[in-house]
This record gives sequence, structure tokens and C-alpha cells, in this order.
Amino acid sequence: MELILVNLIDGLVTGLLLFMLSAGLTLIFSMMGVLNFAHASFYMLGAYFAYSISLAVGFWMGLLIAPLIVGLLGAGVERYGLRRVHQYGHVPELIFTFGLALLIEELVQFIWGKNQMPYDVPDVLNFTAFAIAGNSIPAYKIFMIFISVSIFIGLLYILTKTRVGMIIQAALSYPRTVEALGHNVPLIFMGVFGVGTALAGVAGVIAGPVLGTFPGMAFVLGSIVFVTIVIGGLGSLWGALVASLLIGWITTFAKSYNIAMSDILNGIGISTPENMSEHPLRDLWTVTSPQIADILPYILMVLILIFRPAGLFGKRES
Amino acid sequence: MTDEMTKDPKGQITTDPSKPAQRMRAGSMTITLGPWIIAGIALMLMPFIFTSNSALTIMNQMWITVIFALAYNMLLGQGGMLSFGHAVYMGLGGFFCMHIMNYVEDYGVAFPLPLLPLFGGLFGMGFAMLIGSFSTSGAGTRFAMISLGVGELIAACSVIIVAFFGGEEGISGDRTYGLPFFGVEFLKQIEVYYLISFWLMLSAALMYLFSRTPVGRMANAVRDNPERAQFLGYSARWVRFYSFCASGFFCGIAGGLFAISYEILTEENLNAASSGVILLVTFLGGVGFFFGPIIGAIAFTLLQTVLSLQTELWSIYAGALFLATVMFFPGGLAGLLMMHVPAIKLGKASGLIMPYIKTLIPAAIGVLGLCALIEMTFHYRHGATGDHEMTLFWTTFDSHSILPWLVAGLITVVGIGIAKVTAPSMKEAWDEANTAGGGS
Repeated sequence: MELILVNLIDGLVTGLLLFMLSAGLTLIFSMMGVLNFAHASFYMLGAYFAYSISLAVGFWMGLLIAPLIVGLLGAGVERYGLRRVHQYGHVPELIFTFGLALLIEELVQFIWGKNQMPYDVPDVLNFTAFAIAGNSIPAYKIFMIFISVSIFIGLLYILTKTRVGMIIQAALSYPRTVEALGHNVPLIFMGVFGVGTALAGVAGVIAGPVLGTFPGMAFVLGSIVFVTIVIGGLGSLWGALVASLLIGWITTFAKSYNIAMSDILNGIGISTPENMSEHPLRDLWTVTSPQIADILPYILMVLILIFRPAGLFGKRES
Repeated sequence: MTDEMTKDPKGQITTDPSKPAQRMRAGSMTITLGPWIIAGIALMLMPFIFTSNSALTIMNQMWITVIFALAYNMLLGQGGMLSFGHAVYMGLGGFFCMHIMNYVEDYGVAFPLPLLPLFGGLFGMGFAMLIGSFSTSGAGTRFAMISLGVGELIAACSVIIVAFFGGEEGISGDRTYGLPFFGVEFLKQIEVYYLISFWLMLSAALMYLFSRTPVGRMANAVRDNPERAQFLGYSARWVRFYSFCASGFFCGIAGGLFAISYEILTEENLNAASSGVILLVTFLGGVGFFFGPIIGAIAFTLLQTVLSLQTELWSIYAGALFLATVMFFPGGLAGLLMMHVPAIKLGKASGLIMPYIKTLIPAAIGVLGLCALIEMTFHYRHGATGDHEMTLFWTTFDSHSILPWLVAGLITVVGIGIAKVTAPSMKEAWDEANTAGGGS
């Protein structure tokens, strides 16, 4: 029972982190209709910037400044890159962001090198918040949950309750009308792209100390973020939240409970073959749930796409 | 999303009716044999020009990439489907061929090696049929996402399913498993070269012919306007499915050739990085033309093999080149070449030579200067402590002294400066060369 609670908290942390990335991505998608493949790269940049800033002026300033820089970079990418490529159509746009992701990874290696950065949890938060049946929950995890939840509430408030949010939402659906009403739609697009990437930057800043700050960190999360927004339904903020939490919990539980495939197969009445070494399906029998934890989201995504192509909360088939 | 993608006339990089590729497609079924014969002779003669073993290896790699890129372009260029997991079909074909190779060696079945890629192709196609059955119902983002998911899934499985994929270390085999084929045992690199060349010619010709079949033509129609194609009575879904299966077949052939050439396959042949590379190669070469991917594969393999020997930073340059291509020449290298066809037809191409020299050479020198600055920065930051000496462009100097920085900076500024000054006159010459009548 206690273990379930610990896993719930762990999965919540993973899920909320994933949500911060996918919220920006899904916002950008619903606005521009283009999946930003470089989104996880901005997450990586956030972690690296925060590390470099934290060396000079400490973690908290990093948390403040790094997302700002990342957001400005993102806005610049939209203004000078994506907007230019937009005239060629959506496929070149996708390819552009894909190339950008490759280039950012190379540039990060160029500037910071290939090794993992010693970016650590700040001392203020480096203690155990509380313990559940001997499993200690670090304060930093609680801090991460706090930051993610406040960002989600803030985002929801801005999008649904403020004037800026109204204009953004209108610009998503009827850009021409909004433009005719005198709003600068390209500027709104640039702003949303900047905010989306800044969100990814925040995720990087707070995930860097826990998940490690290394050149491959964008690659590790890159495709899982897509899986998340596809499962949730492209363009749906709530879908992104639900899918993030779902993926966070599924992977955490699969990793912590060691369920072997052979147990399941035995359970449904199929007995283990005698001679395992030459059996063509031997891997099916030896596989365990921690082994497949990382591919469970992909399986989920393929299944969702087959049976409900629009995703869990998606309104239309993309 | 799909609707927007395919309806927008500006949204398709390959639908400009003024582009020669489109006009060629609109022509009759006649196929000019000239380029094919020249290509065949060139393939035969290449080993006599570049005789070293490393050159042969590079060429083998090049031709395999050409087949793979052409197969990829069947989807991206001709069918408008963007796949992010296409290495899977090549990899699976290769793995399957490797298993056949090992089986033949263990049980001594009479099976000629040159036929092996065919079975790789059939396996690739079988798998493409399985995946295509649900992934090809739409193009655009949905297809891209499924391809990414399936690709990641298979790559991850390769570590778990040890029986087929061999786990982390992959599986290896021996192509010289006995049974000589008309006296050829494929011990020598050159024999493998000719085998690959044969399959290259065969698959390239078949792929070209496929693009001329009704299915191949309808793939273009479905790419440009699926509703209209549906209205004419063609199922967009089935047309996409056929293209997808054909692409899987040729990817499998490339995989079989890879297995023969390298005698080892690992997780690396399936993962997202390999899928990304082939997208890069194809787009760099140009997706709007049949021969685009060929140029892309040759250029990229040369970049990869030759440039990576010169500098550690080659992938930064490759990435920058790729981004520049997407931003400024969405037609790729092939598009860049074909832009000159109208000028040549007007007989005014010669007027372009001098302006090109005046702008492009200073620009190239300026870019080289910039590269020197980048290399020096890299050496300055990441070189071993105390190691101040670096060699660049055949000169050795101290990367910590001020002089080389000044020189490189000056070259960059002056080179790009001259190019900027002369660029307007080049544009003028370009407009002039593309206008019929008047002038010279």
C-alpha cells in the first residue's frame, strides 16, 4: 500500500514534467499546425543555460533567467526560421524543426562538451521532505510538483480568463478575422512560440538536476513528448495533462513491480516450454515489466492511433 | 490538418507546374535510356578510377544509401508521406538476410548469395504491409507520428527480443558461406561492389518504372489532392498503401545489401538516428525529382566519410547545411541544378558564369574563414591542456595567439563582404538569363 503511494508520487513528478513539455508543444501545434521536433531541444537548452547561470549567480536566478533566454531564442527561431519555411508548406516545416533539433544537439556538444554537467539540486532543497514506510521523498520532488502545478494553473488562467488568452484562442481558430480586428497575428504566433519554448526551458531547468544534464537528454525525451500529445489528442491541453500523467504512472509502476511475462502466461494456462534455449519465442517468456517499461508508451500510442485516431481528447482526426 | 496540407497550392514544394519534373511526368510513357546507360557504364568503371579498398567501401556505402534514399523518396517525394521510422524496414530486411545467411551456413542449403537481397526485400515488404495496413489511412502528421512510434517500438524491441535481433551486440554472419556463384565467392570487396552495383541498377530502374505506373502516378495525385483523387474513383488509402509496400520492398533490398557488405547488423540500423539520416539525405538531394535522392546520397556519404576524417565538427556543418537547404532551397541540390534548365534552354547560361564566379568564390572563401573560426574556437575550448598547436587547411599554428584569429576573422569578413557587394549583380544576371528575348 505504501509502495503504491510512493509510486503515485514518483509517477506524478514524471508526468507533470512531461506535461510541461507537452503543454508548450501542443499549444504550438494547435496554433501553427506544425509539430515542433526541436521542442525537447529547448528543454535541453534550458537545463544547460540554467547550469551555466547557476555557476555564476545561483540556482534561483537560473530558474528565472534561463527560461527567458530559451523563450527569446524560440521566438527568434519562429521569426527568422519557421516563418520563412512556412511558405513551402507543412512538410518542410516539420523537416526544419527536425534539422534544428539535430543542430542544437551538435551545438550543445560544441559549447559544453560531451560529458554530463555537474548540475545539482540546490542545497536549500536537498533534504528529505517526509518518508512513507521507509521510502524517503526528497523535497526537490515536492518542489517540482509545486512548480508544474502552478504553471498549469497559470496557463489555464491566462488562456481562459484574460484578454490576451481570448485573443490567442481566437487567433488559433480564425487568424484572418482576428487580424482584421486589428491584432498583430504574426506577433501573437511568435509570442506563443516563445512562451511554449520557455515552458520547455522551465522543464529543463528543474529536470536537469534530477534526470542529468547531458547532450542526449533531448533525444531521451524527444519522442516520448510526441507520444504524449498524440495519445492526449493533438492540440488539447487537458489531453496533454491526462496523457502525461498516464504515461508517468504506467512507466513508474511497470518499473517498480517486477512482473514477468511467464507469470502472466502461466496464469492464463499456458505452461512454460521445457527446453528454453532453442525455443523461438524464448524472449517472450523471459521478458519482464521493467524491461518493457520504456516502450509501453509507444505501444499505447500505436493502439490509440489504431482505435481512436484523434487521441483521447482530440476533437478531429489529424 | 491533412486537408490544409494538401489543398494549399503553395503548401507543396513539388507541385509547381513550371518545374521540369512535373512536365516530365505529364509526358508519355517513353523512357529515355541515355542516362541509364551512362550511369551503368559509370558504375562499371568507377572501381578502375578509384582503386583503393577504402574507396570501394565508400562507394558500397554510397550505393546502398542511394537505394535506401530512392525508396524513401517514393514516400516523401512521390506520395507526400513523411516517415520518421523508415530505417526499420531496411534494418528488418537486413536482419532477415543475416538469419538466412547463418541458416545456409549451418544447414548447407544451396542458396546463391546474389539472390539474398530479394528475400530481404520481400521481408521488408511483408512488414510494410503489416504496418501500412493501419498507418496509411492518412498522410501528414498522423502518418508521421505512427511511423515514429513504430520505429521507436521496433528499435526498443531489438534490445529485448534477443532471438531475432541479437540484443546489444546485434547479429553477424559470413557472406562467403561456401557455395560459389559461377566461381565468385564474394571474398573480395570488388565482387561485393559489382553485386551492389547490379542491385542498384535493377532497383533504381524498377523504382523509376514504378513511378510511371498508374499507381505511381496516382501517388502524386493523392499527395497533391486526395479528395479529388477519391472523387475520380481512386482510393487514396490504397494508393498510399501500395506506395508504402513498394518502398518497404526496396528498403529491404538495401538492408540485404547492407548485410552482405558489412556482415553485421545492430540496433543502430533500426533506431531513430538512422531514420533521421535518411530523411536528411533525401531532402538534401531534393525530393521533387527522381534523381534528387541519388545526388543527396552521394553528397552526404562523401560528407560523412571524407569530412569526418578532417574534422570532429562535421555534423555541425552537415546540420547547418541541412537547415540552410530547408530554408533557402527547398528543392534540394537537384532543385538547384534544375533551376538552370530554363537558362540553358534559352542559350543564356554562359552569361551566368562570370557573375557566379564573382559572388560564389568570395562567399565560399568567407564561409571557409568562418569554419576556421569555429574550428579554432573548438580547439581553444576543448583541446588538451598545453596543446596549443593546431593544423587547419595545411597550416600549423598556435590557436592561443592572436594572429590566426585576426587572419581568419579578416578572411571571413572580406569574403562575405565581397559576396554581399556582388550579389545584386548576380541576381540581375540571373533574371536576365531567365528572360526570353532581348539582351544578348
